[in-house]
Amino acid sequence: MNLKIVVSNGFIIDRKFMRSLSEIETTSKRASKASGFSWGVSEEVGKSIRLLEMFNFQGIKNLNEYFREKLNKKFERPNLINKSNTPKEFSYCPISLGVNFLDQIYNIEKIKIVNFSNIAYPLLFLPFLSKSSEVIGKKIHFKFDNHEFLMNINVNIASNLLNKSCPNIAKNAEVIFIENNDNFHEQDWKSLYQLSEQTFVEETESLKKGAAGAGLTDND
Amino acid sequence: MEVELRDPNIIMKLSRLGSFHQSKLSFLRSFLDEFKDWDYNRDSFNLDNGGYGTAVYSFKKKEKIYSLVCFANKIDNNDRSDRVIATKWDAAFTLHDGAPTENDIKRLKNEVPKQEVGRLSYKELTLSRANKSVRVFDHVVESLSNGNQPDLNLLEKVGYLYRTTAVYGSGKFGLADRFRIKNRQEINGPFRLEMMLVYLVRQFTFDQVNHVAKCKNPKKAVSLDLKICKNLGIGNSTGLGMAPFIVNHPTLLHNWILSRETALKKIREIKKVNSKNCDLFKKCVKESLKILTSWNTESEFQAKKINSLVINVKRFLRFIDNDFDFTSEYPFNQIYLWLEKQTCEETIEYIVSMMMEPFDDIVKPLRKNMSSDEEKYFRIPTERTVLELKNILELKYPDILKINFENKENFKNFWFISKNKEEPRYADRFEENGSELEQPLAIARDIKRLYDRLIIAKESSTIDKFLLENSELRHVIRRAFIIEKFQYAEIQDNTISKNVIPIDMLRLKLSFFGALKFDPRSDKWLRICMFQGAPLPHELKNCSQQWVYN
Repeated sequence: MNLKIVVSNGFIIDRKFMRSLSEIETTSKRASKASGFSWGVSEEVGKSIRLLEMFNFQGIKNLNEYFREKLNKKFERPNLINKSNTPKEFSYCPISLGVNFLDQIYNIEKIKIVNFSNIAYPLLFLPFLSKSSEVIGKKIHFKFDNHEFLMNINVNIASNLLNKSCPNIAKNAEVIFIENNDNFHEQDWKSLYQLSEQTFVEETESLKKGAAGAGLTDND
Repeated sequence: MEVELRDPNIIMKLSRLGSFHQSKLSFLRSFLDEFKDWDYNRDSFNLDNGGYGTAVYSFKKKEKIYSLVCFANKIDNNDRSDRVIATKWDAAFTLHDGAPTENDIKRLKNEVPKQEVGRLSYKELTLSRANKSVRVFDHVVESLSNGNQPDLNLLEKVGYLYRTTAVYGSGKFGLADRFRIKNRQEINGPFRLEMMLVYLVRQFTFDQVNHVAKCKNPKKAVSLDLKICKNLGIGNSTGLGMAPFIVNHPTLLHNWILSRETALKKIREIKKVNSKNCDLFKKCVKESLKILTSWNTESEFQAKKINSLVINVKRFLRFIDNDFDFTSEYPFNQIYLWLEKQTCEETIEYIVSMMMEPFDDIVKPLRKNMSSDEEKYFRIPTERTVLELKNILELKYPDILKINFENKENFKNFWFISKNKEEPRYADRFEENGSELEQPLAIARDIKRLYDRLIIAKESSTIDKFLLENSELRHVIRRAFIIEKFQYAEIQDNTISKNVIPIDMLRLKLSFFGALKFDPRSDKWLRICMFQGAPLPHELKNCSQQWVYN
């Protein structure tokens, strides 16, 4: 179905084609400023929504719903993030929480597992976790209720929530920093390595004598 | 001998940036260099007797095709306006990725003439529109249809048959996002697709004027002489829409300026210059006088600059002809020092541009450094300290920190986005409404605000903690850390002061485009000419590198 949108100067736009990511970023940034965030934070929001939409999450929908709710409802802005974080009165604003999380990432990383209560529109928190994952070079696992997200160095986000609506509140959420360990068994590695060795050629003695470093003592 | 790069605190002042001229680094010249080996073709040309209809032009190499799709429309003379608020144009264009199908043309015919309120797809790369210079177009049609060539004096005064009023790219109105195409080697340089669009539009204007003349008088009409075509470009009316771009793309701006500065530094460091290169340089300066003497403007401001430029270039020519020895050591360094001592900003930058002409080996490798991925530098290094940030501001913004923002004259203006066209505008905050919706383009003022907060903050505190209390300054904190690494990324001037001349910002960008004959129509918009003197498509393969001055 083609939507028809009447814009401010009276023209009618047929919405047949997708919005570009550039349009998504610019509009999200401006809307964030209009919703009361500073320009610097709004820039972060623009890039975040762009990332969500690029990864096929419902960024525009969640941001729009959050800003509408924000008109009549208060949300809390956290300050320093600790091991366990509970808002005093209202839910956490996912944007302020996200920006602060990203800003404090080197300190938060040391905590290993961080718990949050009541994050409003948790989907909007994801891009900041994703960017944080890139900054520290570690995967970040985010989960609440039965929903899980794996932030992979800001290259992609794996989730069991793809193409589904995200709840507008995360009552109890957990952020886990995953250390850079192998994701496979040593036996599987050895087996694969042995197979790869079949591309090598055995060197003869004469070839060994002419190789780099040959003929010198390592103590000279 | 090592020559220092020029000081950003001098080069990045608006008066200096507004004195820049086209050079071998300019994007329209690098575009022609890149595409000279591509096959050009006019794929279709379906215009009626009045010159209205559809045409398609393309550049092709192996499997890659870029196609300009043109829609020429009949409009009432009263509807013709170069202002961005216009809604009808003589012609509208899009650059399509590949060869457009019939369905594409049908779709585009419905969208492209609507411009900002149309919707394009990821298959389209750039979008533009243009209006005829009615006086010139009608005269050319009349002359050709009677079997005569047009009046060269009139053509020289105007310089084009059509002028574009905006060229859009990078995701606007649904166009392809830059990331979709950024890995294509042939369009690696900045604005290369925009340059391609304008170049092909130029050819369309010649074909259209010939077609209309022929239809008017099939028996008698002649085609526009190819030499005359070559001396015509495409005009462009440019307003403030362009100005925020250079503020919003700091690392890109740095890369443009650094390339220019690096070229100058390396040329000044050449100990011995061979006679062939000296002669080429002198030839370019001499021949460029033709451009200067045919540079028409009604702007008193620009006319004064041109007069002074002509006088100084003639003085410079006398100097190098009579009093200068090109066989001496470091001749271009001596020339540069003479220019600094004896001439003005406009002349210095004019000759600097021309110094690059003989040195392809220095200039061409720099072209590939002129793009940037701003995203890479977006993160604020929040682990750093207040003291470090304060030091950056003191080192990188010395003059800006001296500005007194208590003085009304220093924050008289503000930048905003207009509601009707979503375009940047500039207004007096004490006379117009809307300053509460100011765009974050008052960098000097906000840097000063940041500095004032930093000097009372705990020096050892980290930026993440400073940001908790100073979120409204986040955008300039980000900038300051960018400027630390990219010395030419910031305009070292106050862009909201009473005395600012916004067209200086436009001219900076347009000089990198390769525009000629800047003609300010006010302090907020100007007309220029692009591709004047450029080889025609059939001449591209064997064209002179110095076509600008021929």
